Amino acid sequence: MNKIINKTLIAAAVATTMVAGSAQAEEITVVSWGGAYTKSQVEAYHKPWNGYTGNTVISEDYNGGLAEIKAQVEAGNVTWNLVDVELSDAVRGCDEGILEVMDHSVLPDGANGVPAAEDFLPGALAECAVGNIVWSTVFIHDESKIQGVDGLKDFFDLGKFPGKRGLRKGAKPNLELALMADGVEPADVYEVLSTEAGIDRAFAKLDTIKDSTVWWESGAQPPQLLADGEVVMTTAYNGRVFNAIASEGKPFVINWDGQVWDLDLWVIPKGAPNQEATMDFVKFSTSTKALADQASWIPYGPLRKSSFGLVSSFHSDPSLDMAPHMPTAPANFTRALQNDFEFWADNSDQLNERFNAWLTK
Amino acid sequence: MTTANPSIDQANTLPLKEKLAKTTAIQRRRAFLLTLPLVLFLLISFVFPIGQMLFNSIHNNKVSAVVPDFATAIQQWDGQGLPSEATFEIFVKDLAKAKKVREVGRTVGNMATRINYEMPGSRSLFTKSARKAGKIKQGPYKEALIKIDKKWANPQVWLTLQRASHDISPSFYVAAMDLKYNETGEVVEADELYQIYLDNFIKTLWLAALITFICVLLAYPVAYLLSVLPLRQSNLLMIMVLLPFWTSLLVRTTAWIAILQTEGVINDLLVYFGVIGDDGRIQMIYNQTGTIIAMVHILLPFMILPLYSVMKTIQPTYMRAALSMGSKPFYAYRRVYLPQTIPGLAAGTLLVFILAIGYYITPALVGGQDGLLISNLIAYHIQKSLNWSLGAALGTMLLVVVLLLYWVYNKLIGIDKLKFG
Repeated sequence: MNKIINKTLIAAAVATTMVAGSAQAEEITVVSWGGAYTKSQVEAYHKPWNGYTGNTVISEDYNGGLAEIKAQVEAGNVTWNLVDVELSDAVRGCDEGILEVMDHSVLPDGANGVPAAEDFLPGALAECAVGNIVWSTVFIHDESKIQGVDGLKDFFDLGKFPGKRGLRKGAKPNLELALMADGVEPADVYEVLSTEAGIDRAFAKLDTIKDSTVWWESGAQPPQLLADGEVVMTTAYNGRVFNAIASEGKPFVINWDGQVWDLDLWVIPKGAPNQEATMDFVKFSTSTKALADQASWIPYGPLRKSSFGLVSSFHSDPSLDMAPHMPTAPANFTRALQNDFEFWADNSDQLNERFNAWLTK
Repeated sequence: MTTANPSIDQANTLPLKEKLAKTTAIQRRRAFLLTLPLVLFLLISFVFPIGQMLFNSIHNNKVSAVVPDFATAIQQWDGQGLPSEATFEIFVKDLAKAKKVREVGRTVGNMATRINYEMPGSRSLFTKSARKAGKIKQGPYKEALIKIDKKWANPQVWLTLQRASHDISPSFYVAAMDLKYNETGEVVEADELYQIYLDNFIKTLWLAALITFICVLLAYPVAYLLSVLPLRQSNLLMIMVLLPFWTSLLVRTTAWIAILQTEGVINDLLVYFGVIGDDGRIQMIYNQTGTIIAMVHILLPFMILPLYSVMKTIQPTYMRAALSMGSKPFYAYRRVYLPQTIPGLAAGTLLVFILAIGYYITPALVGGQDGLLISNLIAYHIQKSLNWSLGAALGTMLLVVVLLLYWVYNKLIGIDKLKFG
């Protein structure tokens, strides 16, 4: 009996020291958009970082916007350590004081020795954020069902291609797409949208397909809607579509005409715990190699110039080169519009209000 | 002897009344103490947080917290022309100080967002001016500020700032009722392109009433069957009512999506049997029809169960007596059976109506664009546009409407008539 007790005590003591020892390992919660995009981050950032440092990453999903961050910060109970947000949210959150200011001097140089400040593309290093990828809103169709889609104007042409359309629910970026399909050049889109007449024109164009539109909210929906046959053409985030084409073999085609591209950035909610471990993760995940690695899982463009040369092929298919599928590839970039975050910071309230009213009428 | 009797009677009745009052008071106090934990729990977890959120609808201190001295100064302004040079000076100095603040709720961005609600496009005016305000070291401040951006010469900006400088203001209720402030600060109707809320309120009330009505029509026969069938069959039926009730709401809603969608089960069956052509598939989801079907399905148990519990207690002898005295079946039903089920009907309709008004998930998933209810708009303001004050204003209006309806309901039917069993 004594022997058993002794053995149990020794075993308990050993276990406790082991647990105490491994308590050095930190745990952070990284929040992203789910689906294939989060998978690419898990493979390229979370797992390797866990291998190097022993810290664990808990991955959570959300659908964008600052609501959860704002609620957590204002309640004083922040559980999210790092969030992947769009540029307009990063700027707005910073202005309203719900994000931590980031120190860009701690970011590592590029693999070619170029300092971080020059290696990152312009706009990627914001006051409260560090950028990671370029992503784009494109429109897709099923090649086995319809052929001969020529450009963005065909999306709004119900006569030539009858059937339903899918659009992201909200004013952005549908107003820009409507104007570009109506013949406005990308360089003039925001100028036109700054006038009442321009906004009316965009809504009038959207009116032509309003009754045939299915409104999606989460990134995984558009490929699903297209696969179900619920829609004939839909806008989508380019990376999610690629996943349906390459991994699942769907006969979808991405149309790059009139793509609206934007940046995604890492932000830290104000007052989040474990900020040291979080910054270490940010440094790792925005390094040259990590950004190039995520590009082999999903075709989102890395925001470091030094990563461009390292972008190789799809992780499970070495013959599938990723570079031509990037939003920034020259062939795809002929008629591209960068989302203007300042315009949307000013006008998203009013335009979304009008959009909601238009939607319910 | 007889004279002693009245005084003894008196001595006996008075203490009896007092004793009765005392025991009733003790009983009432005991009952209250029993409910006290629940009341406290409701207060702490429900009333206070929601009350705080609804308070946001009239309380918004984003201007006075960011530029405090200016907020006091602008309230003295008479609203004509532009504010005085002294007020401009206070504004520029406060703005420069606020630029350095990073505390949540006190940054320039917070103030910019607040003003942007009433004057769209003015957000960048504030952020840009705050960046440059620190460089204005001396007067004349009015000129310097207008030089940074000529929008500062527009009286509407200053009128809006003056309105927003009050911590308690009805601005968000103005917006929630499809009104707005014009250039001179008067309340007028908002542009037709931006009018959503009142229409949506009416649509929500109408849809909720329709859903309640359909629920009554469908639930009444089922509850009746449940109450008259022999035990074994009624148990089986009861399980069939309760099992979906216990299944997750999201699972049931997505099942409806699979059934009702254009390439779904119903449309496929109809095409297979040749009832409709392949391109004539019926659109039953992502519109109002889908919302109604899914919500009726989800709210049906809330109508069946109260009705059943009341019908179970109705003795069949009354109907038999009526019939045996020569009344027609329908007349007997209308005059004898139906009035006895009123308490169950009252409970069921109240439950279903209030649930239907506030329902959010089902319209969000299957409503498409014209199945959106007011709860979705409130959720939009809480989650997407982050205009919590407007969401709170809409929520308060919804609460007031529901309380009003409840009061009318009480006058018509009486709360003490409600029975759940």
